[in-house]
Order: sequence, then structure tokens, then C-alpha cells
Amino acid sequence: MASPPAASVAPDPSLLLQVVGLGKHYRGLVALADYSLDLAPRTIHGVIGPNGAGKTTLFNLLSGMVRPSTGAIHLLGVDVTHLSAYRVAQLGIARTFQNIRLFDDMSVLDNVAVAAQRHLPGSLWSAMMSTRAFREREERIRARSAELLDLVGLGDRTDRLARSLPYGDQRRLEIARAVAVGPKVLLLDEPSAGMNPSEAAELNGLIRRLRGDLGITIILVAHDIPLVMNLCDRIQVLNYGVLIADGDPATVRVDPGVISAYLGQAKHA
Amino acid sequence: MSPRVAGPLLSILGLSVGLALLDASGLAFWQGLMINLAIFTILVVSLNLASGFTGVFSLGNIGFMALGAYISAILTLPLAVKSEYLPDLPSWLAGVHLDQVVGPLPVGWLAATLIAGLLVAFVALLVGAVLMRLSGHFVAVATLGFLVIVRVILFNADGFTRGSRTFSNVTPYTNLWWAWACAVLVIYAVWRLKRSQYGRAMFAQRRDRWAAQSVGISILRPRLLAFVIGAFFTAIAGSLYAHFITSFSPTVFYFDLTFRVITMLVVGGMGSVSGSVIGSVVVLALAEGLRRVEDVTLLYGLSGALLAAFFIAVIVFRPEGIMGQREISFDRLSTRLRSLRGGGGPEGPETEAP
Ligand SMILES: Nc1ncnc2c1ncn2[C@@H]1O[C@H](COP(=O)(O)OP(=O)(O)OP(=O)(O)O)[C@@H](O)[C@H]1O
Ligand SMILES: [Mg+2]
Repeated sequence: MASPPAASVAPDPSLLLQVVGLGKHYRGLVALADYSLDLAPRTIHGVIGPNGAGKTTLFNLLSGMVRPSTGAIHLLGVDVTHLSAYRVAQLGIARTFQNIRLFDDMSVLDNVAVAAQRHLPGSLWSAMMSTRAFREREERIRARSAELLDLVGLGDRTDRLARSLPYGDQRRLEIARAVAVGPKVLLLDEPSAGMNPSEAAELNGLIRRLRGDLGITIILVAHDIPLVMNLCDRIQVLNYGVLIADGDPATVRVDPGVISAYLGQAKHA
Repeated sequence: MSPRVAGPLLSILGLSVGLALLDASGLAFWQGLMINLAIFTILVVSLNLASGFTGVFSLGNIGFMALGAYISAILTLPLAVKSEYLPDLPSWLAGVHLDQVVGPLPVGWLAATLIAGLLVAFVALLVGAVLMRLSGHFVAVATLGFLVIVRVILFNADGFTRGSRTFSNVTPYTNLWWAWACAVLVIYAVWRLKRSQYGRAMFAQRRDRWAAQSVGISILRPRLLAFVIGAFFTAIAGSLYAHFITSFSPTVFYFDLTFRVITMLVVGGMGSVSGSVIGSVVVLALAEGLRRVEDVTLLYGLSGALLAAFFIAVIVFRPEGIMGQREISFDRLSTRLRSLRGGGGPEGPETEAP
């Protein structure tokens, strides 16, 4: 039996997300090379690695914000490799950003509403004339947004400007906004960065609820190794853009390659 | 009734009473000034939608106004005048005369205005589909190019526009009531749009294009929508202008007017609809006052220079303008009034967050 050429592996529609041979290089620098992933629904998948390992690059590729140099991405069997970022989001891959990107001159509620509104479309005419249908729709968008803000614990801060929130709250607002998109896969880039230990513990519970209650599949990038070990069903380790380990937390924890990668970083630091 | 509903209704009522008094007064100068104000307000609010809401700096809107003015003027010319005045019109256009009046309603002109708006919106769709993909300075320069192209076309399409000669004989349909009815409609529509899903998408992509895309909002769509709707309203302002001033040439639709409208927009605040109204009032009043100083002192050109200096001062010392992105909130205005009258009640600025 001849094996198919690597570039045209048939997508498997039973897999939520299937990534094959994904790579990105910036001029000479290889940010990510030959990355692959088969993501089953309702998993929490961890990606860890030292600084500059290519984790954010991976998210930029998966969310359509950066064009890959090689490889393919399939979401439920649909090729999303070359779609625009907003199309990828509409099809079900939402994300947060390592360096928070809120709409900081909009209210907390509007930050979520702008993502939630896609599921309640209405005509331009009804908006400009403020018809009853329009007002009812706005009411539902607001209600849905308030619900999500409650979920992340910001229910009492809906009217504040996003930029006036403390750092930890901004991270949670970004999560609420991403969830409002209605994603199948949620990419969280360092969600606990800048949080104090009690906030980080709450975050742990929140991520579990996103998976448990809302059925969202999550890919988590974090430097907080205990958080990742605790939450994830499966962990991949990147180093200099290359996968050096892939498995359940117990296996990855004792992997000699992983340990030396992190020790190497500690020595450099 | 909540202040949210009562406020706008009271404003419209107050405006109507004021217009009725002005209408009855016979003060032609002030009537003309108020019509001018309505037209400027439409121009500024439309530009605010296209540029302030989206962050795409468009310098070509006066081109849309010019197209609106000429289209409506040509469509409404009575047949008798038309054959003599524009003898080279193609036959399908030579027979069109939207000059019908039913009772007090100039229905022909209203139809011509709507047609002008739709045609210009279509032009904007074609232009915008290309230009709205550009970013920052490139859009500004490209839209400026559009303004220049429109001017060249107007100058050279002799058969339609009489070229550089004055286009006159335009029927004076525009009055206080029509001008302000259009202005109120445009203000209302854009103000509602701001708080709708469309407005949120426009402001979101203006603030952060990557965050906007991450929640499924395209960059092109909201920009194009704002550009096209803004062009539609701007063309209506063009028609109002044409049938107010009744004779004009391509030269009026150029840098001076572009600069005046941008000054009003920036002074009022990019992103604020109430700011656009305030900016129009302030700058028009200032320009009118300075013009009188000019007449007395005989220092011609002074008003233009001082207005430009004022514009620069605003940009340097208060770049967000009078209102920033905020709107006048009738809720807070009423609590403020109540507390002034009866004491107590929360004190706060009369504005709400965008
Ligand atoms: N736009 C770019 N142009 C050039 N090089 C880039 C670009 N983006 C990322 N890189 C490089 O790619 C490599 C991977 O970066 P990336 O941000 O993905 O790492 P990371 O794993 O997210 O690191 P950190 O833990 O610090 O967030 C780095 O060497 C980085 O300098
Ligand atoms: Mg990173």
C-alpha cells in the first residue's frame, strides 16, 4: 500500500482541529517547523516551551493572523489554512492575546457585545431607525454579554471603560470576549500572566467550566507550569520552533529533553 | 417619559418652534444661515460616520457632495429650460424633468434627491471597495485623488455640467423645513447607528484591527458600509445645497469646503454625533463673525487664516475636540437639571461613555 504524499493528507472530519506540517519562518529564522496536532473535542491541550519557542507564532497561524510558510490547518474537515483571520474566527477559532488587545475606549459590556452580536444579525435599516426589532435584538445582545461577564466574574463592572480595569480583569474580559464569539476551539495565550495567585486559581476553575459547561475545546499556552500540568489532558513542548515532546502531563514532566530545554533556558537567563 | 425619549423629542420640538419663528420673521440673512447650518451639519455628521467612526481619514467627501448637487440639478431642470440650457444632453436624459409638485410637496425634487443619493452611494461602493483596503495616510491621499478626479470630470463634462461656466436656473426648493428635516433624519440615523452592531464593528476595527478580526469582524465591511452611507447622506446635502444656492460651478466643491467640514468635525470631536452638531455651530458662527470683522477692517483673507489658526490650536491643545467620542446624555442632563432646581441628586458631567 502506497502512503499518500505528506502534503495531501486527507483531512479527518471527526477531528475538531487537525494541523499537519505547519511551519513559519521569518527570513532566516525558523519560528515554527513541522508542527502537527490532532485535537479531539472537549480537550484541554497545553503548549509550553521556553521564551521564543514559537508558541505565540503557533496561535497567530491557527487564528489566521499570520500566513504559514508550510502546512495545513483543518477545522472539522474544512481547510482554513488560507482564510482571513475574521473568517477563521467566524468558523470557530477564537483567541486571546499575550499582550492584551482590548477595545480599550469601549465599555466592558461593549467589548463582549461586539463579539456576541454576530449571532443576532439585523438589518441596517432597523438599526438606523431604531425599530422595535432592533431594540429587542440589542437587549438580547446585552443580556448575553452580561451573562458571559458574570461567568468570568466581571458582572459588576459592565459599564466601566475597558482600559480602566486592572490587569487581571482585562485578561478575564478578553476571555469573555473570545467566548462570546461562540468558538469551537479557544486559544488562550498566557491567560494567567500578571495575575496574582488567587486570580490564577480562579482562572483554573474558569477554564474547567468553559470546557465542562460550554463544551469548548481549549489550547492553553502558559509559562505557569503547575497550572498547565494541573489542567491539561495533553501537553506539547516546543523548543526553538520544534516539538520536543508530546503526551500526557505525567510523561512530559519527566521527559529528559524537556527538562534540559528548561534547564538550558535557566542557565541562559 | 424617560429623559432618553423626552430629550430628543423636546429638542425637535424646540427646533421646530425656533424654525417657525424664524420662518415667520422674514429675516432672510438668518434664514439663509440656518439652512447653511443644516447642510453643514449633514456634511459633518456624514464625514464623522465615514472617518470618525472608522478611523479611515477620507478627504474626498466633498466630491460626493458635488456629484449629488449636479445630479439633482440636472434631473430637476424644467424641460423648457433644459433644451436651451443643456442642449448636448443625451436624449434619455434630455426628456427627464423631475419638477413635479403635488400640493406643498416638491415630489420631483425629492425623487431626484433620492436618485442622486443612490447613484452617489453606488459610486462610493466602487471607489470604497478599492480604497478602504488601504490604510492610514494612503486612504487620505487616495480619497483626495478622488476629489480631484471629480473636479476634472465636472469641468470637462460640458454637456452635462456646462463645464467651468456657472450652472444656474436651479429651482430653489430647499427651505428651512426641508433642510432641517433632512438634517434631523441624518443625525438620528447616524446616532442610532453608533450604538448598533454596525457602529460597534466600526469602532472596534478602528481601535484594534487584530482584536476586531479575532471576534469575526472584517476590516473592509464596516469601513465600506460607513463610506457608502456617508456618501449617500453627503449627496443629499449636495442636493439641498444646489437647490438652496441655485447657481454654482465646480470650483465651490473643493479644498475650501473640504477644509471647513474637516475643521467642524475635528472641533466637535471625531466619533461624536452631538460633537458634529456642536462643531458645525461653533465653526459656522466663528466664520460668520470673522467675515464681518473682515468687512469692517477690509483685511480680506483674515477670516480664513484665523479659522485655520483656530483649527491648528484645537489639534495641538485639544486633539479630541469638544466632545471626544462622547455624546450628550439626556439622562444625566435631566438629573443635573433636577439637582440644580431641588438640590441633591448625583452631580456629574452630562456625558456618557462611548
Ligand atoms: N513578526 C516577526 N518577525 C520576525 N520574527 C518573529 C516575528 N514574530 C515572532 N518572531 C520570532 O519567532 C520566534 C518565536 O516567537 P514567539 O513569539 O512565537 O515565541 P513564544 O514562544 O510565544 O515566546 P514567549 O514565551 O516569549 O511568548 C522568536 O524568535 C521571535 O523573535
Ligand atoms: Mg508568546
